[in-house]
Amino acid sequence: MDLVFVIIVEMLYAVASLVLISAGLAIVFGMMKIINLAHGEFMMMGGYVTITAVTLGANVFVAMLIIAPVVVGLIGLVVERLVIRHLYGRLVDTMLATWGLSLFFIGLATMIFGNTTTGISTPISGFTVGNYQVNGYNFFIILIAIVLLGLMYAVLKGTRLGLIARGAMQLPDMAAALGYSPERIYMATFFCGSALSGLAGAILAPLVGLVPTSGGAYIAKAFITVIAGGPSLITGLMASSGLFGFISQIFTFAVSPVMGEVALLVAAVVLLRLLPQGVTGKFFRGRL
Amino acid sequence: MSINRRHFLASAAAATGAIMLPRAVMAADTIKLGSVLDVSGIFDAYGKPMDMAMRLAVSQINAAGGLLGKQVEVVGYDTQSDMALYSQYAQQLVREDKVDVVHGGILSASREAIRQTLHKNKTLYFYNVLYEGGVCDRNIFINGVTPAQQAEALVPYAMGKSGKKVYIVAADYNYGQITARWLQKFVADNGGETVGVDFFPLDVSDFGSTIAKIQTAGADLVIAPLVGGAHLSFFRQWAAAGMKDRIALASTTMGVGNEHKVLTAEEGNGIMVAYNYSQELDTPENAAFKEAWVAAGGDAGGMHELAVSNYHGVLTWAEGVRIAGTLERDAVVEALETGVSITGPGGKVTVDPKTHHAVLDVHLMEVENQGMRVVETLPQRQPIDTQAVCDLGANPDDNTQYEIQI
Repeated sequence: MDLVFVIIVEMLYAVASLVLISAGLAIVFGMMKIINLAHGEFMMMGGYVTITAVTLGANVFVAMLIIAPVVVGLIGLVVERLVIRHLYGRLVDTMLATWGLSLFFIGLATMIFGNTTTGISTPISGFTVGNYQVNGYNFFIILIAIVLLGLMYAVLKGTRLGLIARGAMQLPDMAAALGYSPERIYMATFFCGSALSGLAGAILAPLVGLVPTSGGAYIAKAFITVIAGGPSLITGLMASSGLFGFISQIFTFAVSPVMGEVALLVAAVVLLRLLPQGVTGKFFRGRL
Repeated sequence: MSINRRHFLASAAAATGAIMLPRAVMAADTIKLGSVLDVSGIFDAYGKPMDMAMRLAVSQINAAGGLLGKQVEVVGYDTQSDMALYSQYAQQLVREDKVDVVHGGILSASREAIRQTLHKNKTLYFYNVLYEGGVCDRNIFINGVTPAQQAEALVPYAMGKSGKKVYIVAADYNYGQITARWLQKFVADNGGETVGVDFFPLDVSDFGSTIAKIQTAGADLVIAPLVGGAHLSFFRQWAAAGMKDRIALASTTMGVGNEHKVLTAEEGNGIMVAYNYSQELDTPENAAFKEAWVAAGGDAGGMHELAVSNYHGVLTWAEGVRIAGTLERDAVVEALETGVSITGPGGKVTVDPKTHHAVLDVHLMEVENQGMRVVETLPQRQPIDTQAVCDLGANPDDNTQYEIQI
């Protein structure tokens, strides 16, 4: 019984971390159709901002939940103004430009922080479930993922801002005709996407050793999750994170961690063969 | 004077020869020591201090008048934690730089990437890192501890402090795979049982499910031959899950790159290890070494097992060259095979002529407040694992890495 609980927690944790690392990309790609290959580097910067803030004396939760998203969001804003806004609607060009950006950010982080592993320790202690010890931080990550999804849904569905944003994504000309500037909406959306990437990097920072090239480890998983999710932003994110997290953890427990990663990739390939438009291209159509 | 074509060619050739001449003399004036190490990237915690130690040893040799009346010049390349760069730079050291000796390689994968190149080109090679044992090659000298020197001592000690059920989590490449087999053997030899073995690629940094599996298996002790920056997450997540007080933890690699100083005291305390070197060793050689390290601009707490091994390696090679009186490879190898011995910061290190491995002191230690407290010292241990399979005196042409069969 305890074991079942532990496995469920690990599974939820795997799903939650997929949600976290993909959320920023889902917004930027799903809403703006910008393929941001520098997504991993935005996460890496979120991690470094957190570690720097903590070593400078900031509270670790303030650093993770406020400082890192704001700083990375602002970096995203600069990037949008200088690079991305000139490339809206040019899919391949944005890929090339953001790939260049990712190399630039890796170089920049190497210059500032050095090509050395750094890290901070986890702020929440472990606790006991029956005969098992569980990492308490897992629950924090699960909680953040739930809150994040809830907030995204509430903002997009419930507020006027969300409505304007969704409208501008679908028919920018009509939004402009109604008096809203699509350019400013895109700018705000890119800020939010970058901030979410920074948040994800910040929250995962205490679990790993961070190096400037850490971003590369996340980008593939984030893209697979977003592409497999399909057109619906939140439903798609939940569906694909849930599926991949579940499959990879089943194989991790039953066979080995390596097989867990393999199973995730195989599942993604099979899924995209059967549902080329992603999960929400066929099921849950029209949901947000 | 009219210049015809023939005259011009003759004088040009003479002039070229005259320009070439001093360069050739200059080249012979220094001894070239080639070095290939990961000074950046995810293995830089190992490589940077190793590079520093190598340069320190060379500058000390030069300050004392050099070798054979010549100064030693370092030709160093940074392999950036990329295994593909090792073979490239090894070719460069051999073909372009024509070095007299190569020191370097950190991961066993990198050693195997360059060993055959150096063997084929008859360039003497020193691999100064603790490893899985079994390399039998007359062109290579190895002074790191092998499983028989380290794990054979560590396993019974750690089992004695915890229990008989052991779980192994290892890095997924030749070092981790072979070391895991040695660990299984020593666990069985000591009447224990290996309840699980898991391997992790070097970029894996999420160990949550493994920590749950270890508990399911009911292990008393976890032994972790994990390698590199990403694997450091295991120790962090282990502590974060509150496992430290429940299941004992030992490692064959934790601390060789000063990982115990990156972890906090709470995360690291109590992890059991066995190495040739600890900064806390109280010997005059270690005190002198630490002083020279700081004087050379090194970080006061920056030296570690692998750096000291690399330092020992350069000193051993220098001693071999002094005895041989030449840089010619076969003469230096023969000189080293007389059982050359040096005393460095890690104690006395002697070349074992039969295997080209080292006889050295091993200390059982526990991590305590970001230091390594010596629990017990096992003086002058022989590399009996490699000695059992390798005899370079009888088979000088041997060129294999023997693996343990179980």
